[in-house]
Amino acid sequence: MMKIKTPKKGRVKRELDKRAPKLVETGKKTLILQGTKTSGTLNSVLSEIYHLKKGGAVRFTRKNDNIRPFESGGETSLEFFSLKTDCSIFVYGSHSKKRPNNLVIGRMYDHHVYDLVEVGVENFKSIESFTYDKKIAPRVGSKPFIAFVGEGFENVDELKHLKEVLLDLLRGKVVENINLAGLDRAYVCTAISSNKVYLTHCALRLKKSGTVVPRMELVEVGPSMDLVVRRHRLPNEGLRKEAMKTAKDQPKKKVKNVSSDAIQGTIGKIYIPDQKVGEMALPNKAKGVKRERREAKNKDANEHASKKQKEESE
Amino acid sequence: METENQNPFQLDVGNLLAFNPFHNFPSLPTSRDELVKECLQEGTKLVQAVADSLFNLPSTEDVDGPLVKLPPPTTKLPREKHLPKPKPPTKWEEFAKKKGIKKRKKDKVVWDEQTGTWKRRFGYDRVNDDKDIPIIEAKMTDEPGEDPFAKRQDDKKKRVEKQEKNRFQNLKQAAKLGALPSHVQLAATALPITGTQVPPKKVTKDELGNVAGMAATSTASGGKFDRKLPGEKPAKKQGKHRKFLPVVEGSGIGSREKEQTENVLNKLISKHSHEILNVDKAVTMYNVKKEKKARNRKNQEGRSSSTSNKLKPKKQLHKKGAKRGPGSSKKGKA
Repeated sequence: MMKIKTPKKGRVKRELDKRAPKLVETGKKTLILQGTKTSGTLNSVLSEIYHLKKGGAVRFTRKNDNIRPFESGGETSLEFFSLKTDCSIFVYGSHSKKRPNNLVIGRMYDHHVYDLVEVGVENFKSIESFTYDKKIAPRVGSKPFIAFVGEGFENVDELKHLKEVLLDLLRGKVVENINLAGLDRAYVCTAISSNKVYLTHCALRLKKSGTVVPRMELVEVGPSMDLVVRRHRLPNEGLRKEAMKTAKDQPKKKVKNVSSDAIQGTIGKIYIPDQKVGEMALPNKAKGVKRERREAKNKDANEHASKKQKEESE
Repeated sequence: METENQNPFQLDVGNLLAFNPFHNFPSLPTSRDELVKECLQEGTKLVQAVADSLFNLPSTEDVDGPLVKLPPPTTKLPREKHLPKPKPPTKWEEFAKKKGIKKRKKDKVVWDEQTGTWKRRFGYDRVNDDKDIPIIEAKMTDEPGEDPFAKRQDDKKKRVEKQEKNRFQNLKQAAKLGALPSHVQLAATALPITGTQVPPKKVTKDELGNVAGMAATSTASGGKFDRKLPGEKPAKKQGKHRKFLPVVEGSGIGSREKEQTENVLNKLISKHSHEILNVDKAVTMYNVKKEKKARNRKNQEGRSSSTSNKLKPKKQLHKKGAKRGPGSSKKGKA
């Protein structure tokens, strides 16, 4: 016996529709949580990441000791949380002797773990330790510039993966129109060595220059840290292919009057409009034309005749 | 002559992203500050490059500032959820397509002939409501004693049920293809019915305990050495129930040992004794035999005329009493 369950309230229906899979996706929500043990630095790292992503992030403050992202059974809790909070990126922090100040950044596809990157945080400087002019402080939720520097991001596999994950984490909502006056932050990631990345968050100061484009000036405001790549797990090929499918890959526009066949190849249809027989010109000479000719001939003949007469008279 | 600007960076204006794949640190700067400064310098260059292309895009003036339409992002990132599958057409939609029936726009209010006002098409105060009909004319096809108003209501109920069933079938079909609308869930209400229609009876805790105890006593040692599950309590009445006679007891009529031996002896000897006759048992046995014989005779006669059996009055009422006579005489004979 099955029955149909539909929400009775419009608010619930709207929430469910928000969580439904869409053709074109806007930003992903982030889930920030921690494991059994965290250090002071790690706590501040997690809370500052939460501040940076205030609009689209969920922060859990309790410890979760049954989450082990890199083990096969330890992801069920993560997937459950992702399902309930509708978050597709998670940042999981934990601290142990073997992996101090550990951050696991992972992504989900259909609320199952898609890929993971494990980094260690070193040389962390929090927002409070930076002094700057408060007027240029970036507003919450503004779209950031993201800059990646270093050939490591191109050559080293792990750094390439980290670049993709960081882009996903930092970029925020995907928007069509942007207000140029609201650009005030930038993230800079430099590959210092083959496994270390220096990540910092800066405010933008736009200075007048001669042209339309203002001169950019970066002032470090936000947290800055060194990320040491420890482990990573790439998605398996089939899952990756499926996740990368976009709506544009499916041909929407069909060229009209063209069809293709296996035997004959491409066939086009040409539609010829109806002939309006009454309005067509006849191929044979019209009667009027004949008359004209006749008249012209007569005129010539008359002229000749008149000329002769004249000559005769003269 | 180079007319176009050779940009060594990889730009993705849609994401406000810039990537410089050519920079490398030949030697790490010694101090942290130096490192930070160099990183910021490189970052500034990249951000400037993005801003160049961004500010050169056509912009519209808005209240807060110039609004620019971003190009679509070029870096491909994985989706967070699967692509939505298109909804399969419902049975009605397929039928309409086949027949060429087009949807027509319906008005919210309809003219009601009966009251002469505009009424809703459905809902509270609607057109053609069942309860507004005062009189229903009787037709030749109507059965007498049938309430036409109730019949109309029943018909409506049936129609609604049919519609619900069809809707459910459509949703099941959509769910099979994975295209269920996001706000709808199909949930199971009760367990599937297997075997008889009786729902499984809930067994109480006491009953379970009793059953376990009964199973235990069937073992030779009375359940004392059975392996118990963790948390299982010991059985209430353990061990086999055996009664032993006391060691010292007075002899006489009340002595239990004498009783025991007497019972055993009686059972052994009774097979060859003539004195034993259970009178009551003999009487009932005789009566039963007699009745059976009479019934058999009756059946053989009556089988030829089976219908008359129904209407014949029962004659056998007083027979049992009369039987007492020969029964009592039997005692004398034995």
